[in-house]
Amino acid sequence: MDKLDKELLSQIADFHTIPQGSFNIRKNGESLDRKSTKDIEIISKKDKSGIDIIVKEGVKNKSVHIPVIITVGNLNDLVYNDFYIGKDAEVLIVAGCGIHNPSNQKSQHDGIHSFHLAENSKVKYIEKHLGIGTGSGEKILNPTTVVEMKKGSQFEMETIQLGGVSKSNRKTDAVLEDDAKLVIKEKILTTDKQIAKTVFNVVLKGKNSSVEVISRSVAKGKSKQQFISNIKGQNECFGHVECDGILMDKAVIESTPKIVAKDLNATLVHEAAIGKIAGDQMIKLQTLGLSEEEAQNEIIKGFLR
Amino acid sequence: MLEFKNVSYKVVDEKTGKERYILKNLNINFPENKVTVITGHNGSGKSTMIKLIMGILLPTEGEILLDGQALNSLSISERANLGISIALQQPVRFKGLTVRDLLNLASKSHNKIPDACEFLAKVGLCAKDYMDRELDDSLSGGELKRIELAISLAKSGKVMLFDEPEAGIDLWSFDSLVDVFDNLKNKTVVIVSHQRKVLESADFVLLLNGANDVKLGKKKEILPLLEKPSCRKLGGLVNG
Repeated sequence: MDKLDKELLSQIADFHTIPQGSFNIRKNGESLDRKSTKDIEIISKKDKSGIDIIVKEGVKNKSVHIPVIITVGNLNDLVYNDFYIGKDAEVLIVAGCGIHNPSNQKSQHDGIHSFHLAENSKVKYIEKHLGIGTGSGEKILNPTTVVEMKKGSQFEMETIQLGGVSKSNRKTDAVLEDDAKLVIKEKILTTDKQIAKTVFNVVLKGKNSSVEVISRSVAKGKSKQQFISNIKGQNECFGHVECDGILMDKAVIESTPKIVAKDLNATLVHEAAIGKIAGDQMIKLQTLGLSEEEAQNEIIKGFLR
Repeated sequence: MLEFKNVSYKVVDEKTGKERYILKNLNINFPENKVTVITGHNGSGKSTMIKLIMGILLPTEGEILLDGQALNSLSISERANLGISIALQQPVRFKGLTVRDLLNLASKSHNKIPDACEFLAKVGLCAKDYMDRELDDSLSGGELKRIELAISLAKSGKVMLFDEPEAGIDLWSFDSLVDVFDNLKNKTVVIVSHQRKVLESADFVLLLNGANDVKLGKKKEILPLLEKPSCRKLGGLVNG
């Protein structure tokens, strides 16, 4: 592992040393290092590129890190990772992809992550995406997350893309059974001519299932963002989608809400607000002695925290 | 010394299309290191006056000076760095920024709990409960108003402006609010208020009774004027 690898890993997965617990590091389309534990086993897939991560029943307070790094251009990395979370298990999963593309040819990573949550299991899932490198080659990231949630399971997902990614197409599909709870927090910053698309499809199939989606994004330069959410309530359930976007320069943000209730006791809410930084927020911070630029930076930093 | 020299502020009336003076040709010397409470009926230009001092609005005519330095060409942040602070009438909500963030920005330091405790305790809040709260819709209007005051105390400065600090604060917290101003006697404090208790805590009262009708005097000279029917009719003075 060289200095660049370490820098990418620290930024996307908070890797400062080799982590406790299970991990798999993938570099330029190949497995670089791996550790399985008795609680969380990692096995290579035989039929296609990717791994199966098996979290045993009843495992508590364990973590698994599966970061991906790409340090070359002209690479198209497609990977399928399946997570099987045993009954009553509680686990932290840290994924994410960092691309350093020094070339003038594109680098792309498509990670297809499928989560199978057994009854009453709990997962906190963090994925960070980052693009760096001075070459003109595009840095493309297309993460797909599929979540199947059995009765009483909980899935909390934080998805963070704070700059440098030329194009991203983020897709999240989830089906929730009785008492399952899904929370998704998304933070996106785009600059220059970057394009970021996010699509959420959530089916609230079970009684007392709930989903909360909080999306905060900042679009600068001539970047474009598209946010599409489609929540279906098929039972007594609760769904809340909150999409806030700060628009700057000549950027464009498009938000398309769709909520479909098929049960009299389904409560579904979608809130969306897009606009420039509020003038009164700028004034308040200027009255504390911050310049216009400093005020703007503080507001964005807080908003995307 | 904070001074208004021939200061006017006029706007175009949306209904008539004609120009209308909110403040006209005012000459005021705000008493240094004293508490001055500006009072007057709704729409008399009280808030306009302190927004002009902070630079949120600019005079259409005249000049505002601080220690002889003209402020008109200075931005809001330049005035803040000269030592002017303000607690706004309508506190601003921020998604993502916390009470700690604002206190840090205001005091330009990293407030650990004990320092922040001091500012928040002065406005009746416990730092432990509030430091990491976001300044968003989860806070009530009254909580936000107290936090606005704490931020203003953390910012501090030689000129401290407060726009209706009592608005949204429950009546039984009034005495401690008045104590806050009592402890600022070594600053030039300018407060916009209608509240009797706040007025009674003043050294000086500035009564705004029209665009160019201003009376500034010691509390004992001005307060009796507020009891007169002509002033009472204008509304404003509230017991509390």
